[in-house]
Amino acid sequence: MNLARRLLIGVPYLWLFALFLVPFLIVLKISMSDYAISIPPYTPTLDLSEGWAGFRVFWAALDFENYVFLTSDDLYWKAYLSSLQIAALATFFTLLIGFPIAYAMANAPDEWRPSLMMLVILPFWTSFLIRVYAWIGILSNEGFLNQILMWTGLVSEPLVILNTNTAVYIGIVYTYLPFMILPIYSTLEKLDGSLLEAAQDLGCTKIGAFWSVTVHLAKPGVIAGCFLVFIPALGEFVIPSLLGGSKTLMIGKVLWEEFFSNRDWPVASAVAIILLLILIIPIVLFQRNEQKQREADQ
Amino acid sequence: MKKLSTLSAIALLAAASVANAEEVRVYNWSDYIDESLLTKFEEETGIKLIYDVFDSNELLETKLLAGGSGYDVVVPTGSFLQRQIQAGAFQKLDKNLLSNIGNVWSDIEERTATYDPGNEYSINYMWGTTGIGANITKVQEALGADAPLDSLALVFDPANMEKLADCGVHFLDAPDELIPAALKYIGEDPDASDADTVKKAEDVLAAVAPYVRKFHSSEYINALANGEICVAVGWSGDILQARDRAAEADNGVEIAYHAPKEGALMWFDQLAIPVDAPDPGAAHKFINFILDANNMATASNYVYYANGNLASQEFLVEDVIGDPAIYPDAETIKNLYTKSPYDPKTQRIATRMWAKVKSGS
Repeated sequence: MNLARRLLIGVPYLWLFALFLVPFLIVLKISMSDYAISIPPYTPTLDLSEGWAGFRVFWAALDFENYVFLTSDDLYWKAYLSSLQIAALATFFTLLIGFPIAYAMANAPDEWRPSLMMLVILPFWTSFLIRVYAWIGILSNEGFLNQILMWTGLVSEPLVILNTNTAVYIGIVYTYLPFMILPIYSTLEKLDGSLLEAAQDLGCTKIGAFWSVTVHLAKPGVIAGCFLVFIPALGEFVIPSLLGGSKTLMIGKVLWEEFFSNRDWPVASAVAIILLLILIIPIVLFQRNEQKQREADQ
Repeated sequence: MKKLSTLSAIALLAAASVANAEEVRVYNWSDYIDESLLTKFEEETGIKLIYDVFDSNELLETKLLAGGSGYDVVVPTGSFLQRQIQAGAFQKLDKNLLSNIGNVWSDIEERTATYDPGNEYSINYMWGTTGIGANITKVQEALGADAPLDSLALVFDPANMEKLADCGVHFLDAPDELIPAALKYIGEDPDASDADTVKKAEDVLAAVAPYVRKFHSSEYINALANGEICVAVGWSGDILQARDRAAEADNGVEIAYHAPKEGALMWFDQLAIPVDAPDPGAAHKFINFILDANNMATASNYVYYANGNLASQEFLVEDVIGDPAIYPDAETIKNLYTKSPYDPKTQRIATRMWAKVKSGS
């Protein structure tokens, strides 16, 4: 490999190192520290003024106590499970709504596509926070939705949606929908229409052709979309705290409580590290599996 | 909210590095000052004032303990201040720079010395009680004319809460205030910090939590004032502000505040200067400005909280100084209790319990 090529490959690795590995190691280090009444509120802190000896003292004080603590209270695994459930269901709903939209966009006349694309991206022009606040106005007992429902006579009592898990699902699906639509759209857009014709010529039904050609070829887009929705939704804090009720248990809120109410940065960091592992291990396994399949196909 | 404050913190840091005109950055509770004082301060001193607000001690403490908050003056509550002093978060006040220091009320200083021995690090801004605000008409509709408006039984007796749930009840999202109140209700020491006693509060709180519409520390002012809820466990001045907003709006909502007759938590919000304040000089000028009898009275007349400034009392309107809900009489004061901070282990138990109570699991 020549130097230019190595440099080129080095750039993304440097990026990963500076923006992922270094912060990860800092959090990992804090998760192995102990709570202390000081600034910052944990001990030990690395004192490089004493050189190597200082580092050894620092190293010796680190332990996995906080991880053991996490297993002693069912709050944590309940919060992980409940977050996984909310994120998975929300991803499913996002896919359910996002796929038809992307499909319709990809099959729309060429001159419409830029405007449709624009409509999908348009919400990003307003702050995320304001859009979530707007949902409070829509979903509250005196909100637009209930007013319309009452006015049309569909319900006689206002529906309690705000401060429930339903509102959290609505918030996540709404916020992350573009992240589902865009990757699916980009794969569907490149889809060769003649493949569908070929499938039908060979005796495939319309639905069968749709399933085995369109859906199959859109798979990479669907997978990318699901990752883009599922990963941030799992650690979501803003949406459950604004739209969710006191019964909404999500790991993002648990993290907030560890940091702000307990002031226990080490335990909070341990919670964050576990969250990361929950995400990374399945994704790495999945990628490896995909890779193997691709190699087998070839 | 977190996003906004992170951004403003970054903006502050950026501003700090290029500042040439004198600036002072104050971080105070929301709805806690007459805003005309902010412009008055800028006019009098020529110092640019950046005024940010928070609604929980926890948020403030996390910023302080992370270091480099960028603020010159902050306003923690006594029990939190005590731990923050221990962590080395504040610098000692230079009383020579505070020409109005003579205005302070020694009765209050005696009490705040529990948290800040010798009052070396802080000056009292306001103090008040944690009690019950009620929409009289609606509560009496739900519970009858003899509804116990001035008793903890109103909010801790499930039979009452069940009937109040429909018209709406808010609790403060502050475990360190609600747990002592629950302990007081069952006759335990509200200041207890041993795990076994603290755990006893759980049954009381869990029994009524299903009837609480929201645990939040600032929304109840508006919610009470516009009749959205009928009962709030909240801070005295906030509930009195709700009472006045309702009276101004003339919407038929009549709010009353009571410090519970079983006993109420008395708290003190203290002005202090972080150890890494960018401009301690300007911070002292701001504190001295607040210590001025007239200014302090303006603030109290606006927010309906008592202050720790004896000289300001002659400028207080009758509505404030004459209201026993704000300046309690000797009899009520005997009934007030204070609360010291939990140790880390009990704090964890308290937080965990609070999360459990709120989520109903």
